[in-house]
Amino acid sequence: MTVRVLLFASYADALGASEVALEMPAGTLVRDVLARVKSLAAGKRIPDRPLVAVNQRYAREDQAVTASDEVAIIPPVAGG
Amino acid sequence: MRTGMVEGPLDPRALLDEVAQHRNGATVLFVGTVREMNEGEAVSGLDYSAYAGMAESELASIAREAAARWATNDIVVEHRTGSLQLGEASVVIAVAHPHRGEAYEASRYIIEELKKRLPVWKREHYADGRAEWVANAEMENGKWKMDAEKV
Repeated sequence: MTVRVLLFASYADALGASEVALEMPAGTLVRDVLARVKSLAAGKRIPDRPLVAVNQRYAREDQAVTASDEVAIIPPVAGG
Repeated sequence: MRTGMVEGPLDPRALLDEVAQHRNGATVLFVGTVREMNEGEAVSGLDYSAYAGMAESELASIAREAAARWATNDIVVEHRTGSLQLGEASVVIAVAHPHRGEAYEASRYIIEELKKRLPVWKREHYADGRAEWVANAEMENGKWKMDAEKV
């Protein structure tokens, strides 16, 4: 299945894209998606355990991901 | 209760009017503004970008939590996006309550939570022409300093 991963701010700059599409096996977890992103060129610049959102809610590393989910890797936030 | 991510200038006075009710005896207005110095750097301005849909829903969640905990629906929060100059308001929080203690506490809760949770990012521009993404002090290595397993 194809999983869309959104990138923002410093992470988008690091990977040179605001979105990547990854081919992942069924049964994929958030941590598997993260590992794949980190295996991309320049993916090492993303920390080991960044904040992740699935469908616009903060998610745990062991949350399951399906093809229709919107996954986002959230850089350190700076609101206020 | 109302919350919003806003592209244009914020108007604190309008938020005060919006929470005004005769049942309330106290209104706390918090205005966050762009500061000229940050960690020793002379700031000339900044850009806020947001994960638009999630920022809207997270801001609404934070306001709902405060509304439930301090029992008032007279809460309005707006956060800016886009380019801001020095002194411009980046966030405005208006909380009204029958009593001042609760109004102060709810206001404080909202600003502290949004600094940790609101998915917006700030690119600071410096007087010497450089620009950098900066994170809130509440963040460390991409994680909340508090227990991240709680999410």
